[in-house]
Formats: sequence, structure tokens, C-alpha cells
Amino acid sequence: MDITLQFGQITPHLPYLLGGAWLSLQIAFLAFCGGMMLGLLGATALSFGPRWLRALVGAYVGFFMNTPQLVQIYFIFFALPDAGLLMEPYEAVLLGMTLNAGAYLTEIQRAGFTSIHRTELEAAQTIGFSLMQSVRYVILPHIMKVLFPPLSNHYILMTLGTSMAAIFGVEELTGRALNLNSQTFRSIEVFSITAGLYIVITFIATTLLALVGRGFFRARMRIL
Amino acid sequence: MRHLDIVDLRADYGSHTVLERINLEVGKGEIVSLIGPSGSGKSTLLRVILGLLPPIAGEVRIGGQTIDYRNKRDVKAIRSRVAVVFQQYNLFQNMDVLRNVTIAPVKVKGRPRAEVEEEAKLLLTRVGLGDKLKSYPDQLSGGQQQRVAIARALALKPEILLLDEVTSALDPELVNEVLDTIRDLATEGMTMLIVSHEMAFVREVSSKVVFMAAGHVVETGPPKQIFDNPQMARTQDFVGKILRH
Amino acid sequence: MLERIIEEAPAFFGYYNVVFLLEALLATFLLSVIGCLVGFLAGFAMAAVRRSGGRALAPARWLILAYVEVFRRIPFLVTLLLCFFLFEVLKLGLTTFQVAVVAVCLIASAYIAEIVRGGLDSVHHNQWDAAATLNFTYWETLRWVVVPQAWRVILPPVFSFFVLFIKDTALASQIGVVELTYAGKVLNNKGFSAALVFGSILILYFALSWPLARAGSWMEKKLAPSRHR
Repeated sequence: MDITLQFGQITPHLPYLLGGAWLSLQIAFLAFCGGMMLGLLGATALSFGPRWLRALVGAYVGFFMNTPQLVQIYFIFFALPDAGLLMEPYEAVLLGMTLNAGAYLTEIQRAGFTSIHRTELEAAQTIGFSLMQSVRYVILPHIMKVLFPPLSNHYILMTLGTSMAAIFGVEELTGRALNLNSQTFRSIEVFSITAGLYIVITFIATTLLALVGRGFFRARMRIL
Repeated sequence: MRHLDIVDLRADYGSHTVLERINLEVGKGEIVSLIGPSGSGKSTLLRVILGLLPPIAGEVRIGGQTIDYRNKRDVKAIRSRVAVVFQQYNLFQNMDVLRNVTIAPVKVKGRPRAEVEEEAKLLLTRVGLGDKLKSYPDQLSGGQQQRVAIARALALKPEILLLDEVTSALDPELVNEVLDTIRDLATEGMTMLIVSHEMAFVREVSSKVVFMAAGHVVETGPPKQIFDNPQMARTQDFVGKILRH
Repeated sequence: MLERIIEEAPAFFGYYNVVFLLEALLATFLLSVIGCLVGFLAGFAMAAVRRSGGRALAPARWLILAYVEVFRRIPFLVTLLLCFFLFEVLKLGLTTFQVAVVAVCLIASAYIAEIVRGGLDSVHHNQWDAAATLNFTYWETLRWVVVPQAWRVILPPVFSFFVLFIKDTALASQIGVVELTYAGKVLNNKGFSAALVFGSILILYFALSWPLARAGSWMEKKLAPSRHR
């Protein structure tokens, strides 16, 4: 039985893996931005919309939060072509991740909305702020302070979640690791380096997000 | 006879020295009060005595025995001889009043539950809470919680009682009920070290008053001296400001 | 798409397929339950050691910190693949289900350790002080004072994690564990329409997850208000 590790065989392929990591970051970023927009619409609808719209958004959020993202993407990738909607793997993954993120981010942003108290708005207006000023100086800082930590947290989870794009043949970090594995057959080495890269990526992301959160929004965030 | 003896004590929070060259003697049955502006290190001194903050230098002796704070057994020993009541009461939120008082004697000292409960009921009756045995801390007023905390400290039958600003967190109308409880203890000859802002009370019960500022002992003397004829300029300033109010 | 679903439905919901799907659903549920039970015990132990002060446990605290940080920063899929290949090399003859159980336990432990740590930290520091001056040991303080106050803070997020985790176990299909998602792939390969197959799979996940999620938010409300007992 040969279990000696030979990382030397893998290190030349590091730039290839890093290229994949770049794609992972792109997918996470795009899906997060799309999800934020869906989430903003969803949270607004849930907070201020008419009854039928709240029910609709509630169904969307409930469905996507209670089923696996992987199966959602399977459905998009394999079932929608029957209805005439054929997508590239990358597109299917991005659509699935965006819709999934939209559900979670609706939930998170709605919680942020409800954390604003009417009294705060009234207090801002009694000291002579206009509505726009109240939003700018009171509501937004408050919302960002409350929302930034859970949003950052979800962003990190989404970065990890991009690895399931590999299942559909997208050549992001995990996808390229799978390719490399079938070329070199050094599975343990390939996947521990891949794991290490994810650790580095998410560590950098958490650190940056925590610094931004602390610096701009006075949010309580820890790095470790 | 000296009961508690503090010699050249120093303590730091991180790189910041919070107590320096503290010398203090408390005789048996004596009541010594620590006064001074907030941040002067009075409460910290109590924490050091209890081993919650290990000293950097100097000695704490109890009954002539030097405590080695690096030695777990010594820390355990001093905590079983010296009890403390905190400003914020620090009652266990998950236990009713009776259990708050009995848990340490039963679980830590291993005494029989029935016996401890009888004693606890007597103690709680003495502090006026005989009818609150089954209440939880969040159902009591601050004054009541503080009296439970005093009963909890006494249940361990300590030789020395440390009181850390026990009335500071209380509404004014609740202060007296707690002070009365302490007066009772004073008449029984319990050795006490008190941190307090209640100057009238300090003057009434103390045999000795210690004025501290910025981590140092500035002046020590009988209450008459400290309040009526302070020797040091810093004490005069502090007492002058307090008495004018 | 709809015509094809209606046409295939009777064959798809035949006895053997339904039994197959229900067994797969059970596997999904078991993976998550085992992961969270083991994760709860290990996570609790790790959080407790991490909160301790003694010098003797310092190396353990560092190991736990590293463990918790590492496993929360690797995608579940990569952890699964690592475990899969590792056990292949070690030739222990584990089934894919057993391999998935190991991966699931590793991950759940790391996440739950972090949740429990937050719960222990939520207990006010003056409770520790009081216990220390009453001569409670660290473990006595945890057992009598801190855990009885922290469990109502810890339980709701642990339960939420469990419900979230049910969905994550879908990834175990990638190393060949016959759970719900894998069953979907099998039935799809048999030629049933993807819409019918994956639609049913989605509904089954929903049927498992949604009631549990509701129970979780009910529990959260129930545990929130009063502080004692």
C-alpha cells in the first residue's frame, strides 16, 4: 500500500487551480449581487406589499430555503430544456445560485427591515430631519450595522457553495481539481491543496468583510 | 490580632498597573471601608484578594498565612474563608433563591442537603426573605436580590466578608434594607472589608477607613480622622467634594 | 413538458419506485440526524474545552480552533471527496454511506462547536465570577450554572443548522451514497422525465424540511422570553 504523499507533482498545476479559484469568486460575486437584488425586492414586498404578493414571495422563499440548491440546479439543468429553456452549465449554476441566494437574502433583509423601530424614524423627524435625511443618516446606518454581519456570513457560505458548479462540469476550483485528479491520480494531494485554497480564499474574504464592517458600519464582527 | 494583611500588593490589567504598593491591615472583627473616586482600584483590590485577578507582586496573608495565588489549593482555601458580595449581586439566574444559597455548601463542601437547607432558611428569614425561597432572581427587586447574595455568602460560614459596592446598583429606597442587614452582621463581630459610596454608613460602621486614589492607598485612619480632619491634600479634596453634596 | 409528466406519472409512482424513494429519503434524514447528534456531542465538548482556562489544555484549545476554522472554510463537496479518496487509499472497506457519515460528522462538529461557543459566551461574565468565588471548578460551573442558562440560546440555532444540513447532504450523492438526490439521478437515468423526477425529489425534500423548519421557529419563540428554569 502506497500512501506517501507527493505534493511536488501537483505544485506545477497551482496556477491552473488558481484560475479556477478566480472563476469561483466570480460566480459567488455575481450570484450574490443577483441574490441581493431579488432579496431587496422580496423583502420590500414582504414588508409593504399587498397580501397576494406577500403570499407569492413567501412561497418562493419557503420553497428555495427548504430544498437543496443542488437539486434546484438539477431541475434547471435537466428539466427546463423540456420546456424549451436550454442553458449552459455555467448559466444554469448561476441562475440556480442566484434564485437560492435571493430566498435567503430576502429572509435576512426582511429581518433587517423589522429591526427598525418607528420611534427611531419619529425621533429623526422631531429633530428636524427630512424623510431623505432620516433615511440617509438614521435608517441606512442602522440597517447596515444590523445587516452587514449576516450578509457577509451568507457571502462566505455562497463562496463555499460555488463548488457544486463542478458537478455540472463548470471548471471552477473544484471542477479543475476533479480534472487534475483524473490526470494525476494524486487524489489526496489534489483535494487537500484545493481545500487549502478554499481556506485561504474564505479567510481573506472574512477578514476583508470584517474590516469593512467594523470600519464603515460599526458592526460587531470577529475575524477568528 | 491581624486577620487580613495586605503587604506591598501590585496588580496589572495587561500592561496597565491598576494597584501599586497597597498596604492594609484588617483586625479580627474589624470593619474596614475602602473609599475613593471610581477607578481608584477599590473593587480591583477585592478581586485580587479573591484570586480573580492574580497579583504581580506583594503578599496577601490571612490569619498570618501567606496565600500563593499560583497554587490552586491556596486559592481554594482563601475562597472558602473569604466570601464576597458583588455590586451586581451575580445570583445564578437558573436557580431559585434557596438553591442559590445552598448549592455551594452542598455541592462544593459536600455537607448534607437537609442540614444546609435548614440553615439557609434561617439565614434568608434573617435577611427578610423567608417567604421567597422558591422565587427566581428575575422575580425579585434589586434589594431583595442583594440580600439573597448576602445570605449566599454567609451560608459558607466565612471568616471574612468582602462587600463590593453592594448598594450602588440599587434604587435609593432599597438601599436601607441592605444596609440594615450589614449593620446586623457588624454587631455580630464579622470581619468585613467594605467598598462603598455611602459615606454616612461608612462613618457609622467602620473602625478604619482607607482612602484610595489611582491605584494607591493615600490615607488610612479612623473615620473621624478621614472625614473631619484628613491629613493628605488628596483626601481633603475628595472628602470636601463629597460632604458638600 | 406537462403532457410527458402526466403520461409517465403512473409508471413513475409504481410500488418499487415509491419504496426506493422513501428509503432514499430515510438515508437523507439519517445522514443529517447522525451528523448533528455526533456533531452536538463533539461540538459541545470542543466548545467547553475551548472556553477553559488551564495551561494544560492550551494545545487542545489551539487544535480545536484550527479544526473549527478549517472545516468551516472547506466546501462540503471537497470534504466529502477528501474523505472518499482518503478511505479509498486506507482500504478500510467502508461503504460510501459510512464515508459520508464521517464527512458529515466532521463538518457538523465544526459548525456546532461554533454555535455552542456563542451560547456559552452569552452567559454573563458575573456568573463565572460568582461561581469562582464559591469555589466551583470550571466543569462544575459549566454544569450547574452556565449550561443551564445557555441551552436555550444554543438549541434553536443548532436545530436550524440541522434543518439546513438536511439539504446539504444532497452532495453525498456525488460519492455514490444512495440518498434522495442520488435516487433522483438513478430514476432520471432510467428514462423518466427530469421534470417529473427532480420535481418529486424537490417536493420530498420540502416535505421533510419545511415541518422541521416550522418546528424550529416555534421552538425559538417558545424558548426566547423568560430567563429562568
